[in-house]
Amino acid sequence: MPSTTDPRTRDRLSRAGTSHEASVDSAHGGARDHVPAPTSLGTTPEGVDPGHGTVRLIDADGVRHPDATYDRWVEDVDHAALRDLYEDMVVVRRIDTEATALQRQGQLALWPPLLGQEAAQIGSARALESDDFVFSSYREHGVAHVRGIAGADLLRVWRGVTGAGWDPHVARMAPMQVIIGAQALHAVGYAVGILADQGADAERDARPAPDAGTAVGQGRTEAVISYFGDGAMSQGDVAEAFTFASTWTAPVVFFCQNNQWAISEPVSLQSKVPLVERARGFAMPGVRVDGNDVLAVLAVTREALHRARTGGGPTLIEAVTYRRGPHTTADDPTRYRTTAESEHWEARDPLTRVAAHLRSEDALDDDGEARVQAAADAVAAELRAGVTSIEDPSWQDVFADVYAAPHAELAAERDAYARYLDGFEEGDR
Amino acid sequence: MTGSTTQMTLAQGLNAGLRQALSDDDHVVLLGEDIGALGGVFRVTDGLQREFGPRRVVDTPLAESGILGTAIGMSYRGYRPVVEIQFDGFVYVAFDQIVSQVAKMHARTRGKVPMPITIRIPVAGGIGAAEHHSESPETYFVHTAGLRVVSVSNPQDASTVLRQAIACDDPVIFFEPKRLYHVKGDVDPAVDLADAPPMSSAHVVRPGRDVTVVSWGSHVATAIDAAEAMADDGASVEVIDLRSLSPWDADAVTESVRRTGRLVVVHEGPRQVGVGAEVCATVTERCFEHLEAPPVRVTGHDVPYPPAKLEGHHVPDLDRVCHGIDQVLGRVPLDVLTGVAA
Repeated sequence: MPSTTDPRTRDRLSRAGTSHEASVDSAHGGARDHVPAPTSLGTTPEGVDPGHGTVRLIDADGVRHPDATYDRWVEDVDHAALRDLYEDMVVVRRIDTEATALQRQGQLALWPPLLGQEAAQIGSARALESDDFVFSSYREHGVAHVRGIAGADLLRVWRGVTGAGWDPHVARMAPMQVIIGAQALHAVGYAVGILADQGADAERDARPAPDAGTAVGQGRTEAVISYFGDGAMSQGDVAEAFTFASTWTAPVVFFCQNNQWAISEPVSLQSKVPLVERARGFAMPGVRVDGNDVLAVLAVTREALHRARTGGGPTLIEAVTYRRGPHTTADDPTRYRTTAESEHWEARDPLTRVAAHLRSEDALDDDGEARVQAAADAVAAELRAGVTSIEDPSWQDVFADVYAAPHAELAAERDAYARYLDGFEEGDR
Repeated sequence: MTGSTTQMTLAQGLNAGLRQALSDDDHVVLLGEDIGALGGVFRVTDGLQREFGPRRVVDTPLAESGILGTAIGMSYRGYRPVVEIQFDGFVYVAFDQIVSQVAKMHARTRGKVPMPITIRIPVAGGIGAAEHHSESPETYFVHTAGLRVVSVSNPQDASTVLRQAIACDDPVIFFEPKRLYHVKGDVDPAVDLADAPPMSSAHVVRPGRDVTVVSWGSHVATAIDAAEAMADDGASVEVIDLRSLSPWDADAVTESVRRTGRLVVVHEGPRQVGVGAEVCATVTERCFEHLEAPPVRVTGHDVPYPPAKLEGHHVPDLDRVCHGIDQVLGRVPLDVLTGVAA
């Protein structure tokens, strides 16, 4: 089972930013305009490119740009920490490549590749505390990896053996969500539960406590993050999630990976304004970040989580990135987008810019790169071994856990099916 | 038949039906996710946007409730929207608009505002798909007054019944069995609808004397396979493709059961309050004195659709249909559910 004590969760990074006294409003669209002109939205064959006003700390060439607002959120990220982030990205890209190959080989029924979105997922997931909770869509394998979900657990659902590959309460990450945007509301509900716990704690603290000293829940600073995509921004559930979170000041971060495409539909079909602008109408801070810049993503997510933990309510982050692979292994993107577009985004690769930056700082050499690749190879081997170790479920699993309490009708159906199977010769089932 | 026939897959039959409907009536518009350049995830709308333009074949934002809600407004305006719900499991997002709005509009306006909306839904499993991609939600819609519900089992019906659904002034839930999309058959895409059998009529697809098997969609093929297997076993099985689930052709089914005295209903959706329950109840009422055995249902279990590796235990197959037939023939004990506590 995955464990939140897995060294891969590396809380060191997630805690680093919380000591900062950041203004709740520092990401408001006012003082710092993170919103490029609407005309830049999806009107080129390349789709949306991060424009002016987008937070970016390391550019596509690996050059580190100072940023008065966001540098302090990542000032603890030294070369070693940045190398760790780089390794994370290399590893999850390798996981993705391996899983795609496993699907082609018939080991998985389906796989939705994350290729191109490594920085958005690693940067945001590394900003989380181990007791924060994640509600994601179906493409956040990088986030799941950071939560300590490894090997077979990552692939179980895609092999078609179960509805959830891990225990959500252990990993503190809900199983992947297929119904677009539904999880945004789940995140808000969880966040409201955190508020309710805090309210109950406050009431208890205000009473003369019969068991003084237990101080249950004192100083809780949990937060929730919900991942969804540009397509989900059109769903009613997401708009409702914004409303609930905003009016209830829920400690939640809405992390939208704008990867430019909802299967074949460009983001311009979902919105005439940059997605981040939606935040304003819900009185939420909104920040647009270069989703291919892991450091910038880490910075903006830390800030948003800090806001959530300190009573500042929800934030919408739009991470501008690109889905370089197909929607899933069943999709054929050549039907709806161009090679030129793919090349445009390949030049903005999230991995190469960090490697270039580290090398320019003499913080990564060929040996270091080889170590990173070896780590990725090891994880890939673990993944491959893991998938073949997954046992096929038994017919009883069809009837298991449908209800929490016994259900006579279903039990009778199961028994009838057992009698039916008994009619076959052993081995013919 | 009024035109020439061509061999097509069921998906191509649907495509031909849509093309014909778009040609026949310029108030027909197609709405859905990825139906334009991509041609739909199953390619049912392939080439139609190129042919009829983006105002008639419309890629919508990713919002099923929005698709249905705007289809209602377009109907007010005199259009005939044909809506594609990308997968069965996504239709629930639009459930309120369908059940509370589309279904009731004609009645509440005393016929002033018809809702000639066709809601195409790829349906059911058996294709190893991911979660929410293998649902059989027909009962919800059959249970809702004001909706017509049909399901096709072959390429010709795919083309013709789809055109009938689009021409119908009532809203029609149109189920397309995913596992049949690539099944081939001869299609005349220009059948004169005036000469075609009514959309609500059942078809006897294989005559027989001893047992009536009723199904629709993908399990018509399973039933025919079972009938052939049982013929080798000395039983003559009649197979009825119900085609329309609301209304359903009770006359055709009761006529058959009066001859055979035995009924098996096969469907993939759960057993509880499934369409099979309605068929069995009605046949029992109408044919009580003709029945040689209690009607039997062969269905999916009353469970969430299982993961791909387990769907073989859920989806009715040849063996389970034969087992049902054996029960009504008295060859194996009737396996009524036992041990159900009060």
